[in-house]
Amino acid sequence: MELTEQDYQLVAAIQGGLPLVEHPYAEVGEQIGLTESEVISRIDEMKQSGIIKRLGVIVRHHELGYVANAMVVWNIPDEKLDFIGRQLGLQPCITLCYERPRRLPEWPYNLFSMVHGTSQDGVIQRISAMIDDLGLQGIDYQVLFSGRRFKQRGARYQ
Amino acid sequence: MDAIDRNIINSLQGGFPICDSPYRVVAEQLGIEEADLLQRLERMLELKQLSRFGPMYHAERLGGGLSLCAMKLPEADFERVVEQVNAHPEVAHNYAREHQLNMWFVLATETPERIESLLIEIEEETGYHVYNMPKQEEFYVGLKFDL
Repeated sequence: MELTEQDYQLVAAIQGGLPLVEHPYAEVGEQIGLTESEVISRIDEMKQSGIIKRLGVIVRHHELGYVANAMVVWNIPDEKLDFIGRQLGLQPCITLCYERPRRLPEWPYNLFSMVHGTSQDGVIQRISAMIDDLGLQGIDYQVLFSGRRFKQRGARYQ
Repeated sequence: MDAIDRNIINSLQGGFPICDSPYRVVAEQLGIEEADLLQRLERMLELKQLSRFGPMYHAERLGGGLSLCAMKLPEADFERVVEQVNAHPEVAHNYAREHQLNMWFVLATETPERIESLLIEIEEETGYHVYNMPKQEEFYVGLKFDL
């Protein structure tokens, strides 16, 4: 999908959030000179084409009790990465799963996943169970719990 | 936060209707009044239980750059570097983590090229190396929380 200048205006207009009014798309349209139905069809198209990954609520997981936030990183042999990445991605406790580059020698891990839970113990138990279920016992991994959060907001676009 | 709030969050993490009266549609599905839904969303945003109510964009498909970066910082310099890094509006979030690489942040820039130049700026300002780990393959993005 090719984005027009007007699409970028729409992207910027709704990035901070949709208006909490009966006809939110009409209100957004008024701000940028589009009709309600134009706004609806452009947002729909951006959703279909994956430019908008998701439309809805984005929670502050920490405030909602998900205080244990673990980045679990794995050193997976390159030839197994696709298979194991997909398998990990299917696990219910995994909220994100990406391949990223190793940065040797300090950083040998090439598969990054996130596990969120309400306690560190609970998260560790789920990770152990997952290792057993998927037969990952021989794989080098580390669990990096988050400490202080210095910033959390979405990306901003002009 | 009560059962209705939790229902609202669980249901709206999955998506929001794109039609002329989207809140009314959601309210009907949840069996509540539209005005009640709007009020509850407003309150949860005010209380910062919700980060946002709107779109989550695919940065690369918008033509932007996105990367996860880490730094290895001695405790004595940690606060200074956090401030220097967070001063950049392109830093979307930033967490301390327990590892040699102890600060992890996400950069979201308007162009892919800007990532590289921003990394150099951060290295020059802080005096520390930035480990750049852009996503190479996406196996799963759910990021939903059951309440």
